Amino acid sequence: MTLLANLAILVLAGFVGFAVISKVPNTLHTPLMSGTNAIHGIVLLAGLVLLGRSASDVFDRVLLVIAIAFGAINVVGGFLVTDRMLGMFKKKPNAEAGKVAAVHE
Amino acid sequence: MNELISALYIIAFALFIYGLTGLTGPRTAARGNLTAGVGMAIAIVATLLTPGTSNWLLIALGLVLGTVVGVPAAQRVKMTAMPQMVALFNGVGGGAVALVAWVEFRDSHGYATVADYVTVTSLFAAIVGSVSFWGSLIAFGKLQEVLPGKPISLGRAQQPLNAALLLVAVGCGVAIGLGQRSQLLIIGLLIAAAVLGVMVVLPIGGADMPVVISLLNAFTGLSAAATGLALDNTAMIVAGMIVGASGTILTNLMAKAMNRSIPAIVAGGFGGTNAAAGPVGGPVDQTVRQTSAADAALQMGYASQVVIVPGYGMAVSQAQHAVREMASLLEGRGVEVRHAIHPVAGRMPGHMNVLLAEADVPYEQLKEMDEINGEFGRADVALVIGANDVTNPAARSNPASPIYGMPILNVDQARSVIVLKRSMSAGFAGIDNELYFDQKTSMLFGDAKSSVAEITEELKVL
Repeated sequence: MTLLANLAILVLAGFVGFAVISKVPNTLHTPLMSGTNAIHGIVLLAGLVLLGRSASDVFDRVLLVIAIAFGAINVVGGFLVTDRMLGMFKKKPNAEAGKVAAVHE
Repeated sequence: MNELISALYIIAFALFIYGLTGLTGPRTAARGNLTAGVGMAIAIVATLLTPGTSNWLLIALGLVLGTVVGVPAAQRVKMTAMPQMVALFNGVGGGAVALVAWVEFRDSHGYATVADYVTVTSLFAAIVGSVSFWGSLIAFGKLQEVLPGKPISLGRAQQPLNAALLLVAVGCGVAIGLGQRSQLLIIGLLIAAAVLGVMVVLPIGGADMPVVISLLNAFTGLSAAATGLALDNTAMIVAGMIVGASGTILTNLMAKAMNRSIPAIVAGGFGGTNAAAGPVGGPVDQTVRQTSAADAALQMGYASQVVIVPGYGMAVSQAQHAVREMASLLEGRGVEVRHAIHPVAGRMPGHMNVLLAEADVPYEQLKEMDEINGEFGRADVALVIGANDVTNPAARSNPASPIYGMPILNVDQARSVIVLKRSMSAGFAGIDNELYFDQKTSMLFGDAKSSVAEITEELKVL
């Protein structure tokens, strides 16, 4: 039963993914790719679950610590990079006026 | 406690979906990203609430390691190096999936103690995660120019080899599924998938790179969803599947912008299908006209309309601020300046928009391909800054060209064309550009940034 319930969630989530990205301006393709990239860092949870569960074997522990570190890089780096990119699109009225004035001098 | 965790997961994936909707519009994008980030934090905290969680020190170690590496990398990376950074972040995600699958195998003694569907989804995640990790590393190497950007192909042997690698990986998986418990099998599976990832991305070059990164992104999403199924973790199922689905759509949108199909891209890079397609554009005059910064300044300074066509060359030399200054000077002289942005100019869709926005170029001056293409006929000067393949008329006129059919910017319709370029070497796709041999084209060789700066100096004394 768990499997079927999870499969239902999987299918619905797939349609949500399709629906969300129907029309996106080209400008936002890169930030969007970067943003979704950060979201799949959710695999970090798998590392947390398995390491937290038991993992007494040393080699397992090493693999899981690396997996958690990888996932954390994916999550933290992904969101920060996306934020920086999107910051570029923000209006900067003061800075802009100043620069134009300086250039025209 | 388990109900609380499930409830928190629901909040988390609701925030992911809400955040992602925000990311599709320019005004709501930054907030959308933040929303998704909050969702992620909630999901992590919820997972740590699991009763009986042990190994706290090791968990902390992993999280700290990841943060210490990820934060400075994300903060220090230059805007021009964004594409390879995204590739790298994507890769480590895939690597995490593959490692988790390996531990699941070891933990359950070769899946002896788990349900069949766990075996299947976990093995699927192992293959896709490994492909994604190694493929992304190769993509990173190519974009960072550690590896050559041109397609590296084995020719005819490529397809059978890739198919064989996939067969080996799946074969190992089937053997494990049938009850073989040897750890060599999972290691063999991971290695075969790794080599497959390398082999698939190596032959891909040119403007196809962004599409590949997007595709690998979708792959990692799908493998995360599979891991979620194996571990019965709803947050992972939803988040992974949303990324898988939206990533597939995004990949398709990008491929469409280049008039290429995803299978064709994966099957082999530019030139892979038609090795003989060199400069067969008929009797082209093979001499180029060189110009000087002073001449270029003169031409543009007395023009009424100038269209700037930025490309990867502008990104590499970080010329966006210099371009902005030059454009401001031209505008001060009453010249109408616009920037023509090809959807896949640079190494990622939207790459040019991000850079020019960084340099405070007004949003109204950035024109997308469909908007600007009708206007080139009225432009006095088209200034091409380090763009190559996206301006190549062969895409319209020469069916033998590997990029035939890709929509391009109609730069050749402008009254005159000035091309800033480092040298006469071919573009990322490795093919010649007839535009450079056109009568009305003049070339200004050198680093884009210093060339633009020289033109700006000349404009000041004009």
